[in-house]
Amino acid sequence: MSVKRSIQNIGHRVVSAVWRIGVATRFFLLTLAYSGTSFRRFHLTIKELFSTGVMSLIIIIVAGLFVGMVLGLQGYETLKRYGSESALGVMVALGLVRELGPVVAALLFASRAGSAMTAEIGLMKATEQITAMEMMAVNPIARIVAPRFWAGVISMPLLAAMFSAVGVFGGYFVGVVQIGVDEGSFWSQMQAAVDFREDILNGVIKSFVFGTVVTVIALFEGYDAPPTAEGVSGATTRTVVTSSLAILMLDFILTAIMFRGN
Amino acid sequence: MSPNSLVEIRDLNFAYDKRPVLEGINMDFPRGKLIAIMGLSGCGKTTLLRHIGGALKPTKGYVKVDGQIIHELDQDGLYAMRRKMGMLFQFGALFTDMSVYDNVAFQMREHTDLPEELIHDLVLMKLHAVGLRGTHSLMPSELSGGMARRVALARTVALDPMLIMYDEPFAGLDPISLTVVGDLIRRLNNALGATSVVVTHDVQESLKIVDYVYFMANGVIVAEGTPDEIRASERDFVRQFVHGEIDGPVPFHYPGGDYRQDLALGA
Repeated sequence: MSVKRSIQNIGHRVVSAVWRIGVATRFFLLTLAYSGTSFRRFHLTIKELFSTGVMSLIIIIVAGLFVGMVLGLQGYETLKRYGSESALGVMVALGLVRELGPVVAALLFASRAGSAMTAEIGLMKATEQITAMEMMAVNPIARIVAPRFWAGVISMPLLAAMFSAVGVFGGYFVGVVQIGVDEGSFWSQMQAAVDFREDILNGVIKSFVFGTVVTVIALFEGYDAPPTAEGVSGATTRTVVTSSLAILMLDFILTAIMFRGN
Repeated sequence: MSPNSLVEIRDLNFAYDKRPVLEGINMDFPRGKLIAIMGLSGCGKTTLLRHIGGALKPTKGYVKVDGQIIHELDQDGLYAMRRKMGMLFQFGALFTDMSVYDNVAFQMREHTDLPEELIHDLVLMKLHAVGLRGTHSLMPSELSGGMARRVALARTVALDPMLIMYDEPFAGLDPISLTVVGDLIRRLNNALGATSVVVTHDVQESLKIVDYVYFMANGVIVAEGTPDEIRASERDFVRQFVHGEIDGPVPFHYPGGDYRQDLALGA
């Protein structure tokens, strides 16, 4: 009997999960369909760009700086064994633009901006603001969701770029200024080895995909949250957990497609 | 439908899953009148309001507003109809990321091409009507509960709706705010020539201002009449409700098992 019940439970969970993915996909398509307002009245999107992007700058810059500094230190320690300290610039830059920039910036973006989006929309729902908007004949997906979606999609690649740039500076500070690696080889090898299409563009594509996924998850969780304190807190947690896992899984898939071990 | 009725509700039935919430509701809201729908919490009042606003579809019957059956409208038709309606929510539902001014201006900016100078004057006039012109630069978090309700009222009537719905407008207000809001509901209805429906369980305040009352219990209408008829009613339910008596057809105890058995005293 308990085995039967366990199987039923598993089946129920699977059906619910598939159902939820379907609802989220429909939500995403509706967001795209009602995106006209976000561009016609671009000031709505700019307002969200400020709270999503600009307000995330501090955490992105500080984290980027420290990640770059650690990369510089660890990279130097490893490269020194092979007498290749001059390649430190290449290692720091490739590590950042290909992987750490998009991934760590997206993880921070999910925790800082994603959780805020979920909580804000969840509370708007709990306090009937979304119902009120519908009763005023204003589509909440067009007015509330779509501007936030585009703000997330636009700001994520910019934040990742900022993260990588500051990270390179952190690596330079530790490697060149503190340890004394040759400045000329640090920059020239980086310039020679980092390819615009292969490395930078692929990094931008990654951060664009992560930005889209994180923002959709955050907005959907907020919009779908039960209108209670417990519901909103649960939705906020789910946003951070689901987006973080999605970022890491997608990163592997994208890396496998883009680089294929070449 | 009487030509004087703005809202006509006929044989309205609604069920959540298979649990009936509304059964065979018939109502008429004549134009220009202020109607109250009263009843205990959970009797289906708010569900009825959501049917009038088109947020729910009936399982049987219909709600007709200004000659149009609400649940048969497509999204564009429903949104066009909602532009002619206003709804005041229980706790105001002001947009917390906007100032008082922007809240009242919201519908004007969304639905009209009025120049900002004209919107400015209209917003101040609406706020003046509810006595809160001086609060236009404040944020909703800086308002008291009664003030937030009045700002929400100004936002509700921003586009001069023909039908105004109030969901528990008196809940949680102090006696002065309660009288102020009640008085505003009556005055705005008369000034705008609108039709208003107030869903409430605040008997005394509503009987002072409304023209007609429907009493609901368990999803059906159990009594109706003018405020004087309701005050004089000898029906058990109405008397218990109007006078707030403990004894009556509405039991004090939620249905449960045998008390002695629950206390493990044996039968």
